[in-house]
Amino acid sequence: MTSLFEEVAPSEDDNIPVRRVEVRLNGERRAAKVEPRLLLAHLIRQGFQLTGTHTGCDTTNCGACTVLFDGEPVKSCTMLAVQADGHEVTTVEGLATASELHPIQEGFKDEHGLQCGFCTPGMMLAAKALLDHNPNPTEDDVRWALSGNLCRCTGYQNIVKAVLWAADKLRDANGGAAEGGDE
Amino acid sequence: MYPSRFKYETPSTVEEAIGLLHDGGTDAKILAGGQSLIPMMKLRFAAPGTIVDINNIPGLDYMRTESDGTFRVGALVRHVDLERATELKDSQPTIAAAAHLVADPIVRTRGTFVGSLCHADPQGDWASCMVALDGSVVAQGPKGRRTIGVDEFVKGPFTTVLAPDELAVEALVPKAQGVRSGGYLKLERRIGDFATAGVAVAIERNGDVVSRAGIGLTGVGSRTINAEEAAAAVVGQPLTAETIERAGYLAAAISDPRSDHRGSADYKRHIVATFVTRLLTSMQPTREQSTEERVA
Repeated sequence: MTSLFEEVAPSEDDNIPVRRVEVRLNGERRAAKVEPRLLLAHLIRQGFQLTGTHTGCDTTNCGACTVLFDGEPVKSCTMLAVQADGHEVTTVEGLATASELHPIQEGFKDEHGLQCGFCTPGMMLAAKALLDHNPNPTEDDVRWALSGNLCRCTGYQNIVKAVLWAADKLRDANGGAAEGGDE
Repeated sequence: MYPSRFKYETPSTVEEAIGLLHDGGTDAKILAGGQSLIPMMKLRFAAPGTIVDINNIPGLDYMRTESDGTFRVGALVRHVDLERATELKDSQPTIAAAAHLVADPIVRTRGTFVGSLCHADPQGDWASCMVALDGSVVAQGPKGRRTIGVDEFVKGPFTTVLAPDELAVEALVPKAQGVRSGGYLKLERRIGDFATAGVAVAIERNGDVVSRAGIGLTGVGSRTINAEEAAAAVVGQPLTAETIERAGYLAAAISDPRSDHRGSADYKRHIVATFVTRLLTSMQPTREQSTEERVA
């Protein structure tokens, strides 16, 4: 499905404008025909059936729908699907490999970085964008990077711990203190 | 929530975009960052018949200081670009101070500086900064370009003087006539919420004497407020505790906030006076600095 359902008279000329959109979704080329008013969040969820991206507030506040757009975190409820044409989109499904969790996912598991889990995909992608830019963040950096994502369960403590855990793990995987960040 | 149905256009030049705006009449709208427009379309506060998406127009994402000292920001510069531009801390301190306070970090990756000015939300941080800096917007239409001072550009809440077939191609800050200092403070209940109150200050100095000052106020009236009298109170003399207090008093007096769940009108006026005082006090040269400047 590509857009809202609308029954039309059998004889009516089909005037609804439809555009082709082709994205690299979690590394895979995917294309669809969509109405321009379809939101990116809905292209991902209803269109491509990747339901890990959540729509929470639907008003650009909560960040549950956060995905990476060419590597930068965006609120996918606040972009049109057609705007993603020719771009790269990473959702939470793109974090893990077939056999292994991403260190950020491991961190959320190990540090109990979630309770109900609704905000978690957005949190993890915002965290990934942070760690891609800054592999050695302070607690303040993490709180700052996640300040556009709301969690109503945890009080954020364990989310912050989870991201710091992942930062450690990623640094270890990339050759320990090679970056000069650790004492 | 879905926006109403619209025609979607993706011009690849500014001229093409203006042509599409012209054809669309009052029913066409520019989409740049979309962080205000798309939410408004989803709520059906806005239902444009044509969306002209300028994101595919190359060459609009520049930000640079020209040889004549003018700072220019193209229509596709995102908030995050300004936040990451550490060199602005010295050359454009007001803008650098506000960059990490606009909306939230994720909205900042999409939203644009010029788009925020065009949205003309009385809660917009950039309009206050630009008022303080005496900045302008450059609009391009079928008949060419014109430069409009931000104070004149913003007509009222969510209303600008842009003609329906004009595109705001860039914003500019004029060269400082002296040494520029500036800052921005915003009180918000949580990141991403509307400001309870915000204050932008920009001053220029020759030696100790303030040669120019500008103060813009966020979220304390039905439009961005240019606190001209407050700014004038510090011009023509060095910053002193007395002139600073006077500026704070006058800025609070020209504020016109409404009492709401973010605070009473009196409280917001108090915040304005406090922020103006705090910002100007931080710009007072320390004794060592002023000696150095005199020696130099």
